[in-house]
Order: sequence, then structure tokens, then C-alpha cells
Amino acid sequence: MTRLPEKRTEIHFSDFKKAYGYDQAMAEANRCLYCYDAPCISECPAAVDVPEFIRQIRTDNLKGAARTVLASNALGMSCARVCPVEVLCSGACVLSEMGLPPIRIGRLQRFVADMALDQGWVFEKRAAATGRRVALVGGGPASLACAWTLGMLGHQPVIFEKDQLPGGLNTTAIAPYKMKADRAVQEAEYIIEHAGVEMRYSHEVGVDVSWESLEEDFDAVFIGVGLGPDRLMSRLPGADIQGIEGAVEFIQQLKTREVDLRGVNAAAVVGGGNTAVDITRELLDLGVPRVTMVYRREQAAMKGYQHEWAEAKRAGALAHWRSTPVAFVGGPRVSGVHCSRLTEDLIPIEGADFVVPADRVFVAIGQSRLGDLLETRPGIKAESGCVVVDERCYAGRPGWYAGGDCVNGGKEVVNAAADGKTAALAIHEYLQGAADHA
Amino acid sequence: MPDLKANCAGITSPNPFWLASAPPANSGEQIMRAFDEGWGGAVWKTLGDPIQNVSSRFGAINHNGTRIIGFNNIELITDRPLATNLREITEVKKHFPEHAVVASLMFGSQDEWKDAVKRCIDAGADGLELNFGCPHGMCERGMGSAVGQEPKVNEEITSWVSEISTIPVLVKLTPNVADIVPHGLASQRGGGDGVALINTVKSIIGVDIDHFVPLPAVNGAGSNGGYCGPAVRPIALHMVAALARDEEFKLPISAIGGIGDWRHVVEFLLLGASNVQVATAAMHYGYRIVRDMQQGLEDYMRSHGFEKLDDFIGRAVPNFKEWGDLDINFEVVARVDEDKCIGCQLCYVACQDGGHQCIELREGTRVPKVDEDECVGCNLCAHVCPVHDCMQMVEVENGFPAVTWNEHLTQGKLIRPNKGVHV
Repeated sequence: MTRLPEKRTEIHFSDFKKAYGYDQAMAEANRCLYCYDAPCISECPAAVDVPEFIRQIRTDNLKGAARTVLASNALGMSCARVCPVEVLCSGACVLSEMGLPPIRIGRLQRFVADMALDQGWVFEKRAAATGRRVALVGGGPASLACAWTLGMLGHQPVIFEKDQLPGGLNTTAIAPYKMKADRAVQEAEYIIEHAGVEMRYSHEVGVDVSWESLEEDFDAVFIGVGLGPDRLMSRLPGADIQGIEGAVEFIQQLKTREVDLRGVNAAAVVGGGNTAVDITRELLDLGVPRVTMVYRREQAAMKGYQHEWAEAKRAGALAHWRSTPVAFVGGPRVSGVHCSRLTEDLIPIEGADFVVPADRVFVAIGQSRLGDLLETRPGIKAESGCVVVDERCYAGRPGWYAGGDCVNGGKEVVNAAADGKTAALAIHEYLQGAADHA
Repeated sequence: MPDLKANCAGITSPNPFWLASAPPANSGEQIMRAFDEGWGGAVWKTLGDPIQNVSSRFGAINHNGTRIIGFNNIELITDRPLATNLREITEVKKHFPEHAVVASLMFGSQDEWKDAVKRCIDAGADGLELNFGCPHGMCERGMGSAVGQEPKVNEEITSWVSEISTIPVLVKLTPNVADIVPHGLASQRGGGDGVALINTVKSIIGVDIDHFVPLPAVNGAGSNGGYCGPAVRPIALHMVAALARDEEFKLPISAIGGIGDWRHVVEFLLLGASNVQVATAAMHYGYRIVRDMQQGLEDYMRSHGFEKLDDFIGRAVPNFKEWGDLDINFEVVARVDEDKCIGCQLCYVACQDGGHQCIELREGTRVPKVDEDECVGCNLCAHVCPVHDCMQMVEVENGFPAVTWNEHLTQGKLIRPNKGVHV
């Protein structure tokens, strides 16, 4: 694998939510009511026992607290930083019902998970080797979480990663004010080391390795390929003008190397999801004076979290709601986006068009889905580009499982981590059953 | 304007707030600053043969982020020469003639006691407090709680002092006894004019679990100390009340033990104390806490129409009864205010595991439901509920007239059937 370059644009960002020190963590932990059947647990896709780990912080059992977090979620360190806790665990905190700020669960989890990683605490031991080998396609959160549990159960996880860094989008696409790439890599390496994961970097399944060969060489397969490249608006007039690019692609660049935004006075971001909001905040933080988001629906209907958009707005973001690009303007470099306002039914209103000046345009209307590529194996199906699985992540062909973005179309790291673990337990059962029947 | 003037055994002060014999009353300079801040009196850090203290002296219990809910110390009596303390007593009295300055004393032989008593009177002290309570360091030398735990010794030493003293004598009692009453009576027989209680509770405040040493640690070892602070207040309330309601015991009481605000002062006065003494809270927050004590007490008196302390001193004493004289037919049940409930379900788990299994959860809501037919009225849920006034204990009419257990036993009066027994 390649090491991350030291010089990366992302290192200039500081944490939006600052890390807690000991006294802050204690004060916050002491506010927790230690609810019975706590709603924060049921709102956590990874079902982290939040009141338990907070009580452990309170009793100064920091190691125990980290153990509780990591026992439920091998990517607990990342999730502590990148989870939208406002709409998950903290959003369910009953203190809000009292008109008090909810417990800052993300920061408390980060406090102990950071410590576990930095101190090298390892709480689980691998079971005796079973001799079973499981191929995991894609090196992102879903595969890493799956590999962790498989490894601990004594199986041999082998991850096929098309790039040269572990962690997938967790490494290359997280807003740097939430987490930097080196931290994601550190967590991935912790998992790889302690779960005994074999990494095959620069191996793209379907290109460098065939899907058929996985079936021949492994006892089970987990598909965690995530999503494809940014979808672009390539049919619009002017789409081939320079300076129009995919948002995820650009974020990957600023996370893993240096980007040059010199001379950019205005940028336009097309889309209203979390990637659109993230890149808007990032561009503003990097000094682009004017960043305008163009979204086809009204603000209340945007997919990006409202609390994130509120921060973008605070940083100076502008927006055109219920508007869509109809052409890109300029040449050879882009100078603006020609937009039209839309009716409630999202139909362009004649004469209601305007131009958003922009030296750079970032298209954040989603990533392409890869599910169709995987339908090559009989039994595996895709719907709207997403692999179809049951509640145990079984993909419809014996020994084949899938999870994460390639199944859900693009959700949080914690959803991928939860899928990975669910799949690992199902694979374990499958492998044991297979052994019994042999 | 309510009159806060206090009189304990003839020792008068502008208000009932005294500093207890402890570090806040270690020197004249400190005591004069305290009087400037509003304290009405001070009991000087115990005078005696000056000692040498260990370094590292205090320990504390913190709970859920609250510092010092309990405190202990292994500090001894004054480390300053007697002559210095006496000179400063004179100086304080010169500046504050209306304030109470009480000399706490701890000596060995009768001659030493008598000599010190005379010198304190000459210095201008308003009263004496005999330290028969210290449970650490001095008791091993035959003083402090070693005296307070033996009624005969208590009576004898009290009589040495009271025979020659021209100023009021308070005897400071130790709580490290099974029943406080015989010790109060011993002080009364010895001629004491009043008692002060409680002194600290013999304790180990904690253990350094990594180095296996009781706390506070002194070069790798620890010793038992005297426990005080908010956590001991219930013990002090009980002991003050036990003396106040005893028919034989007639002396005034100066109350000590975990007092930190005006409400605590009111509680002790209602249970029969004539004034209060404070140490831990002043050590924690400084002399300034007296401002809230004074204003809170005045507001309380105004709200009840009390003009002077005697209007309410001892008002709760007649309502303190033996268990067998409580009305066993009285019945309360828990009732949830569904609008206030935040759904933490702490009441549910507390009732299930620590109560009588009469709170239930229901589908579709996090608001628990009390089964009033099973609720025994134990109050546990109301205490664990984090929301003010959400879980209320409501009196229910059950048709049974008031009957005490003793009446039931001796006169066969009818008592209501048990609830929540789950047979």
C-alpha cells in the first residue's frame, strides 16, 4: 500500500467538534441519566451500549468504556467523529425532553476510542484458526467491520481493495473538520493487524481478479464495494468545459494530496445532499470567497442534514433552492452555471433563469451504483443499482453476502460497519453449517 | 425584619452562624475576616499542647462530578502556641465585642485543664467548648473521643471545668457511640451548660487502589480520620434530635454536621438546636457562604411569620416519633405526571429491582405506568426521577382511620391490608 503524503490540503482544517479532555469528558459523562432501555442505543445502527460506556467513563474505567464501544463497533473511533449523532443517538437523548442539551455522545465515544487506538488497547483475541477463508471485496468500513468479526472468530479475511489505501470513503471522503485521512488509515491498520486481515491492494475484483475465481478460492464472499464514481451532468450543454468536476473526486484529492484553489473567486455546488453540504463548507474553509449551492428542491426537502447546512450557512454559504442547472457557461474554463427555477413539480419555469458565476463547479448529485455489475453471479440481484440482501446481509447465493453503500445506496459509516458485523456473524454461521454438513 | 440574634447556653451572637473549631477558625486574622463577612461566632481551633501535624491531611468523596460530598481529616488540634492564640482571642473580642468567641480546649491532666480555663477567661473568651470528640490522633493519647466515649470520664472532666468556669461551658460530643443520650446526660451531670455535636465520624475515606494505601496517604500509609461534610448531616440531625426529645436532657444544643446552607440551619433549629457551627462548607467555598445562609434564613422566617429564632426552635421535635407510633393506615401512591415525564425509565428499573414491581412499561410510549393497587408508597421512584415534581407521592383515601402499630398490638385496632406482597 502507499503511505499518505504528509502534505495534504486537509491538514489545514481544524476539528469542528473539539476533542474532550479528561475533565470535559467527566463533566459530560456525569450529566448522563443512565436511562433504562435507553433510546440512544436503539437509535445507534451499531447498537453501541451508550449508557454503559458513559457510566464506565464516570467510574474512571476508561479502558472498559473503550472496550464497550469497540465490542459493538470496530469502527467506533471513526463513527464517534463522523456519525450524525444529532439525528442518531444524541438526537434520542431524553435530556432534550427536559429542555437540556443532549449528551454529546460522539465526543465521549471519541474520548475513549481515540485513547484505545493511541494506546494500542486490544480487547479481543482471535479464536483458533478455522482454516476458512473469506474474500471481502472493497476495503471500506463494511469490509473492515466484517473482517474484524470474521478474524476474531478464527476465519481468515482477505480484502481486495482496488486502490492503495485502506478505509474506502472513510479515508478519502470524510469532511476533514470531522476526521482526517491518517486517522481513518490508523483505524484500518489496527483492524488489519489485530484481526489478521490479508490485504490485496490494487486488486479490483472484476478487473484484476474475476468474481468466479473468488468463489473457487474462498469459502465465502462479502461484497462491500461501495459506490462508483460521481454522477456528472454530462448531457447538459457545456458539460465538457474545464473546471466542472465531481464532488467526491475533489474531496478525495484534498484528503489525500494538495489541491490548488488559487484564483477561484466563486464556486458552484450542484446538489443538496451531505456531500454537497460538506464540499460547500470545505470550499469556504479553504478560502473560496463565494460558494453557492444549487438544489432542485426547497431547503426543507434537502437530503443533507439541516444541522450541517446550518453550519455551512454560518460559514457564508449561499443557496438557490428549487433550481437546476440547464447549461454550463464559459470556455475553455467555466465561468458560470446557467440555472432555471423549478415548479413544485420540478419543471423548469420559462423565463425564470439566471446565471451563478463560478470559476469551479462541483457536481454532488450522487455517486453511480455498482449493483448491476455484480448481477453476474446467479442468484445475486440488484434493484436500482443496489445489491438486494436479507436482514442478515445474505445476497441470495450460498456463501455470498453484501453490505454498506452498495446495498443501501449510500448511508453513514456506522450503517456500513453494522452491516459488516451482521454479515460476519451470518457468514460464521454459514461456515459452521457448511462444516457440519461436510 | 426577623431578628437572628442567637443564644446558646448564655453565649450570645448576632446570628446563629458560628464557625466550628477547625481550620477556618485557626487564627484571629481569619476569624475577624469571617466576622466581617457575616459570621456571628467562632469556636477557636482547639487549644492544647501544640502538636506537629503530618503533611497530607484531608481526604474527600466526590460523587458523579460533585466535589466533596464527604470529607475527612487526620489533622490534630492547634499547632500554634497557647499564648499566641490567647492574645488573638483578646484582640478579636476587642474588635467584635458582640460576636461569640468560644475557646475549644483539649488537655490531659486536671491541672492543665484548670490552668487553660482560667487563661481563656482572662483572655476574654465568651465560652468554652470541651473537645471530647476528635476521633483521630488525640484519642490514642487518651483525649478527644476517648473521653467522649466514656460517660464517667466525660462527666468528671466536665466537672473540673464547670466548677471553676465563670463563662458558659459547652461539651462537644463524639458521634462514635451507639446512643448519644447517655453522653449528653453525662455532660449535664458534670455541670456543662450546653452540648455541641456532632464531632467527626471515625472513618477511612478511601483507598489508593493502585498503591494499596488508605487515604489520605502519608508516605505510603494512611490512618483513620474524622468524617464530616454533607454526607454526615443525617447522622447529626438524628443525634441532635435524640437529645432534644429526651425528657431528662435539658441543655441547649449547638448543632454541627454537614451544614452548608440556610435550609440545613433551619432543619437543625427545628430539631432543637439553638445555633449551628460550620466547617467543611466554609473550607470548600470560603466564608462568603454565610451571606446566603443569612438571607435564606431571613426569607424563611418571613415566609412563616417567625420574628425570632425561638419562634421555631424545636418545632419539629414533637413530630419525631418512634416507628411504632406512626400511622400505619396512612397511604400514599406514586403518580407520574405524563407531561413532565422524559422517558428515562429510571423509576421502572428502580421499582422492578429495588422496589415492589409495581411500575410497568407499555407498548408505544416510554412513559411508565404505576399500578396503584400494588404501589406500597415507598418513594423510591420519586427519588430516582430526575425531573422536578414529575413523580409525585399522592395521599389516597383507603377508608381506614389512623392507627399506629403500637395501638394495633395493644388494643387490636384494625390495620389496612398489605400491598405489593406478590404472594
